[in-house]
Amino acid sequence: MAYDKFTTLTSPAVPLPIENIDTDQIIPARFLKAVERKGFGDNLFRDWRYDKSNQPIVDFPLNKAKYSGKILVGGKNFGSGSSREHAAWAIYDYGFRVVVSSFFADIFQGNALNNGILPVVVSPEFLEKIFAAIEADNNSQFEVDLQNQKFTICATGESADFTINPYKKHCLTHGLDDIDYLVNMKEEIAAFEAK
Amino acid sequence: MNAKTLFDKIWDAHVVKEVEGGPSVLYIDRHLIHEVTSPVAFLGLETRGLTVLRPEKTIATPDHNVPTIDQHLSIKDELSRHQVEMLKNNCAKYGIVHHGLGSDGHGVVHIIGPEMGITQPGMTIVCGDSHTSTHGAFGAIAFGIGTSEVEMVLASQCIMQPKPKKMLISVNGKLNKGVTAKDIALYVIAQISTSGGTGHFVEFAGTAIESLSMEGRMTLCNMSIECGARGGMIAPDQTTFDYVKGRQFAPKGEDWDKALAYWKTLKSDADAVFDAEYVYDAANIEPMITFGTNPGMGMGISQYVPNSDKLTGNDKLTYEKSLKYMGYTEGDKMVGKQIDYVFVGSCTNGRIEDFRAFAAFVKGKKKADNVTAWIVPGSRAVEKQIIAEGLVEILNEAGFELRQPGCSACLAMNDDKIPEGKYSVSTSNRNFEGRQGPGARTLLASPLTAAAAAVTGRITDPREFL
Repeated sequence: MAYDKFTTLTSPAVPLPIENIDTDQIIPARFLKAVERKGFGDNLFRDWRYDKSNQPIVDFPLNKAKYSGKILVGGKNFGSGSSREHAAWAIYDYGFRVVVSSFFADIFQGNALNNGILPVVVSPEFLEKIFAAIEADNNSQFEVDLQNQKFTICATGESADFTINPYKKHCLTHGLDDIDYLVNMKEEIAAFEAK
Repeated sequence: MNAKTLFDKIWDAHVVKEVEGGPSVLYIDRHLIHEVTSPVAFLGLETRGLTVLRPEKTIATPDHNVPTIDQHLSIKDELSRHQVEMLKNNCAKYGIVHHGLGSDGHGVVHIIGPEMGITQPGMTIVCGDSHTSTHGAFGAIAFGIGTSEVEMVLASQCIMQPKPKKMLISVNGKLNKGVTAKDIALYVIAQISTSGGTGHFVEFAGTAIESLSMEGRMTLCNMSIECGARGGMIAPDQTTFDYVKGRQFAPKGEDWDKALAYWKTLKSDADAVFDAEYVYDAANIEPMITFGTNPGMGMGISQYVPNSDKLTGNDKLTYEKSLKYMGYTEGDKMVGKQIDYVFVGSCTNGRIEDFRAFAAFVKGKKKADNVTAWIVPGSRAVEKQIIAEGLVEILNEAGFELRQPGCSACLAMNDDKIPEGKYSVSTSNRNFEGRQGPGARTLLASPLTAAAAAVTGRITDPREFL
């Protein structure tokens, strides 16, 4: 899909210090009935954000006015469970471009990268430092530098290097996706089939 | 020559191209699609002016949001109906075989593939559903993909994937009485956690695994995603060949002989190296049940809810949040707790053997009055077999009704939702918060343990009755 190119981003972050956040929480199954890729942000974390009368649950970080920004910071094993790409669409549609955790589930990580979201893996210790920085100042800024693969806590200057597949980095930097690549491989695919 | 794992052999045979500094371009033999994760992929094709490259390699069926009663009527829920109709229309437009609601081939996508002989050893199989791992039971590389990847496969019959690491999980010895493939799965996930397999493709081996039927192997591989693994697989053997032979799309005649010769080479070499290995003793596994909100929070049914003394920080908070959601307390004994619903079905336990086990258990007994039970076959073929074998009379006599095929209460996209706060003993695969309906509390278990709960109205050790 077409998404905005990603180079660098400086933003405050929204903390979600919960582990094993599964895709059923990110977007519950009952909201998967749309046939287009839009509007999913409204239902991001639906059952944690709203009570059964659709009133915002005040304690949930996304409902706290003091938190904002394009970076979502989650506990370890973020995105486990279902392969629903709607989870990535909901996160992007809500306005996040980066998700930070100490560990991501495989399918979610792939879906994020295919939708212009950068998953940043940091050590459990560094993740705690990020949560602490937000706790100390909810406007605390973070810099995500894709070119140099560096995530920096601006307040302290501490940074962590992160890894990304060079091909995926190229895609994110240029706003390209895998289909652009694959449809240009018609002859190689036909040759493989003929083997 | 380098020693190879089963996974390596199949993967390497499907690499079209290695992208420099990137993933592999992997050729896909079979692509399964359903109504929920395909519409945006078809929309993507249209937007780009592309078409489906190999429509004969994609098979479609609606399963996630279909009703499980009155399937001959129009689907009441407008959005569900629209998705189901879009699948049908997209398939007609691109020449894809579609097993529509009510047709003989209809069913949960991971049930009908093996049933029809579409799933075969040595294949690469993908679907926009994480439980595609089910098909690994045949010695295939099968895994769930996102909708962008569904679009890739439609457009190019290929997918771009980094090669995962390899993990070997061996379970040896004889299974205890009342212990099924589902219990092995829940035991392994409880041991290595829901993230223990992340980044890996798992091969299951060992004498306890070899002793499983194809249906049991499917249950186990189905649940491999729940330990975070990309998928699970089991080397094909005589059990596999006997299951595949004679099915609708299985090779016939000379093709069969040729295929069989190849399939017999599909096993890990003796000196193949895995990135991680675990070995378990079947003797240590008892019937399992989950007590929390992820499939790793499982334990032997005779055990007590673990305490969180050793946990700190977010681990502890997450654990406490989970128990609070479930309404359980550390140290609670699971046996004897009242339950409200029983769900038998899904791609995990919706095959004929599961209903045979459930029916054999409830035969001559009565459903407890406090229990609402949904007995949902995985496919039309399973439904027909339940009827043909006379299981439906046994079920009816015990107070159970058979519904029609679909994913049903596994993910509650249709009307089969467990009400808020209610407890459901479920043979499905996930006990996440709200998975079976907003506020629903899920206890994952085998069909036997579900049957014991259904007739007693409480969490009950099925071995008491065996």
